[in-house]
Amino acid sequence: MSSTVDIKTLVIDGKEVSARAGQTILEVARENGIEIPTLCHLDGLSDVGACRLCVVEVKGNHKLFPACVTSIFEGMEVTTQTDRLKKHRRTILELLFTERNHICSVCVSNGHCELQTLGQSQGLTHVRLPYRNPNLPVDASNERFTVDHNRCILCTRCVRVCAEVEGAHVWDVMGRGINSMVITDLNEPWGESSCTRCGKCVQVCPTGALFDKGKVGNSHPKHPDFLPYLNMMREAK
Amino acid sequence: MTLEELEQIARDVHRENGEFDYQINVCTDLACASHGSDSVREALAAAAQATGKNVLIRKTGCMGPCSSGPMVRVDPAGTLYHRVPTSSAAKIIESLGSAPVAELQCDLNDHFDSQVRVVLENSGYIDPEKIDDYIERDGYKALVQALTEMEPADVVREVTEAGLRGRGGGGYPTGLKWSTVSKAVGDIKYVICNGDEGDPGAFMDRSVMEGDPHRVLEGMALAAFAVGASQGYIYVRAEYPVAVARLTTAIREARRRGLLGSNICNTPFTFDVEVRLGAGAFVCGEETALIASIEGKRGTPKPRPPYPAVSGLWRKPTLINNVETYANIAPIIRNGSKWFHDMGSERSKGTKVFALSGRIRNTGLIEVPLGITLREIIDRIGGGVPEGHTFKAVQTGGPSGGCIPAEMLNLGVSYDALLAAGSIMGSGGMIVMDDTSCMVSIARFFVEFCMTESCGKCIPCRAGTAQMYRLLTKICNGEATMEDLNLLVDLCETVKETSLCGLGMTAPNPVLSTLKYFRNEYIDHIVNKRCTAGVCKIGQVEEVMA
Repeated sequence: MSSTVDIKTLVIDGKEVSARAGQTILEVARENGIEIPTLCHLDGLSDVGACRLCVVEVKGNHKLFPACVTSIFEGMEVTTQTDRLKKHRRTILELLFTERNHICSVCVSNGHCELQTLGQSQGLTHVRLPYRNPNLPVDASNERFTVDHNRCILCTRCVRVCAEVEGAHVWDVMGRGINSMVITDLNEPWGESSCTRCGKCVQVCPTGALFDKGKVGNSHPKHPDFLPYLNMMREAK
Repeated sequence: MTLEELEQIARDVHRENGEFDYQINVCTDLACASHGSDSVREALAAAAQATGKNVLIRKTGCMGPCSSGPMVRVDPAGTLYHRVPTSSAAKIIESLGSAPVAELQCDLNDHFDSQVRVVLENSGYIDPEKIDDYIERDGYKALVQALTEMEPADVVREVTEAGLRGRGGGGYPTGLKWSTVSKAVGDIKYVICNGDEGDPGAFMDRSVMEGDPHRVLEGMALAAFAVGASQGYIYVRAEYPVAVARLTTAIREARRRGLLGSNICNTPFTFDVEVRLGAGAFVCGEETALIASIEGKRGTPKPRPPYPAVSGLWRKPTLINNVETYANIAPIIRNGSKWFHDMGSERSKGTKVFALSGRIRNTGLIEVPLGITLREIIDRIGGGVPEGHTFKAVQTGGPSGGCIPAEMLNLGVSYDALLAAGSIMGSGGMIVMDDTSCMVSIARFFVEFCMTESCGKCIPCRAGTAQMYRLLTKICNGEATMEDLNLLVDLCETVKETSLCGLGMTAPNPVLSTLKYFRNEYIDHIVNKRCTAGVCKIGQVEEVMA
């Protein structure tokens, strides 16, 4: 095995940092205490670049780059907080809040919700767009968990954790565009699906879409941090 | 197969055809078929048999002027007939050897004179289900020449020097793409032909696949030779059953002639093609989504890089080009890159096929040298808008494109000029609008298209297009305020700059370009509650779909 590691240097928000070749902007930024907002990204899962909250500016390009899937290069100059980026991030969050029925006061994840936290940290104080108020089902057929599609933001963390970590691939997405939905198996009720009841999807769900039955608010914080540990132990084996 | 054998086939077909006194070509493309060209063909055959005249009756692909179908051409004189009713078949057969049937003669001289046919050179002249017809018109000559006389690098160089750019819409230099894939490391590589044509008002690729399928296969085989691939896929939407059938026949015939398969032309080169069907998703025309679909997965785009040239189908280096791009390859190899480079404008070489439709007299398929002005296409080739109406705009590039107003008709058609005008070249759909078209409604139509065709993966495109559609509906219904318009512009910016793939990034273009050139129409709807084109029924409530 080669002992040489290719090290690159770059600048993120004016700070000179070093990184291994092949690392993403997001990894390098977080290693160096620079916070970039993310939603579909989760340490321990593959990245899909779908939520677009982590877009950053790279000097010399008018285009924006999703930090979670963009590799760094030597001499790269990244800016993570500009008025343009902040405006886009707020609009994206606004689009999420108005897409389905996110009513924090009656949500099991109130106080532990990543969407709620992002709304606050990104300075979203008002919603200009009309709420779409779709009529979506709640599936409580599983004896341990419930899925409330009104709170789903289609980040596909459940799909990925089920396929990549649990190896069951019970969750997937059906439908197109604004009518997309996460489903279990071929749209069977969750309780009748091939679900292994491991509960990983509930722990990685950033909102109150997937939750343990009988838990509400402060009694239902989620713990997605088991993932990097699990991956590390598996690799060591 | 050697060049001599190929030429022998061509000579044999030529001699066989020459044994007929007349050749009557009947267009059986979709538009002509819907006007009853099949029964015209049968009637012609019956009449020929009855009179005992020695006539070859051939079914061909698209001849061009689709609105004038059924089209019939009598060779060797080249007499073109249009709007041929079944009842006139006997008259046409009777006229052979004497003066043509005057009342059926096609007088579209202006329509044809400004056109240059490269991609469509065989369409309307060959039976697309007969490989020998294609070979008779120099088909597969380029492939045999390349395999026996050229190195793969020579083919890449010819394509690069020709200056061909991707005909799917993006305009990426084809030679550069080929050289990237040829340099990519890997013993397995793939070539893919993107035939998932889905823009509203676009039917160029369908006509090429249906009218001259071997041209696409030959282009793919040349590409495979150039980049070092041995397997190809043609991804065609299932809504094109005739194209699928013709391509399947073409592949079978090419295999039988030894032009596909193992050791083609007794060289080590091995290449075969499979047809894969799309299930009706517009986004599968995006290359990474198309690749996912071929792999049997849900057709959603992936972030690039890695580009397919490095990691594509089953993570192998993959060359993916559009139907029309491949259709240009054989003539480039046959005639040399200089011949191609001499056509077109400064940075857009060669010809482009456009599907002309909307409020225009001669709808149909045209092929023009790039650089030609929009005015010449619309007024001369298209015959202008219908009598008594005034031209308003032309929409190019489908849902990713924009509307170009009357004052810019002198614009030369090229990738860069159209981009600068706020539209794109796109795959070649050209929809003409006149004073009966409401530009806000047009923008709403395209946004609705993008909304329903969004895959749902990224938020800006999934939820952004749905909100844009709501705001545009509000404007059309005369219920919007100027604040709504500002919100719409704001939303357009976010969807354009942050979406994952090209579908989302370009979805706001129809709104932004109509706002740029027809802002007064938006204001008219919002402030004066009036739609001058009379399309929007302001005051009546319309159901909001999303």
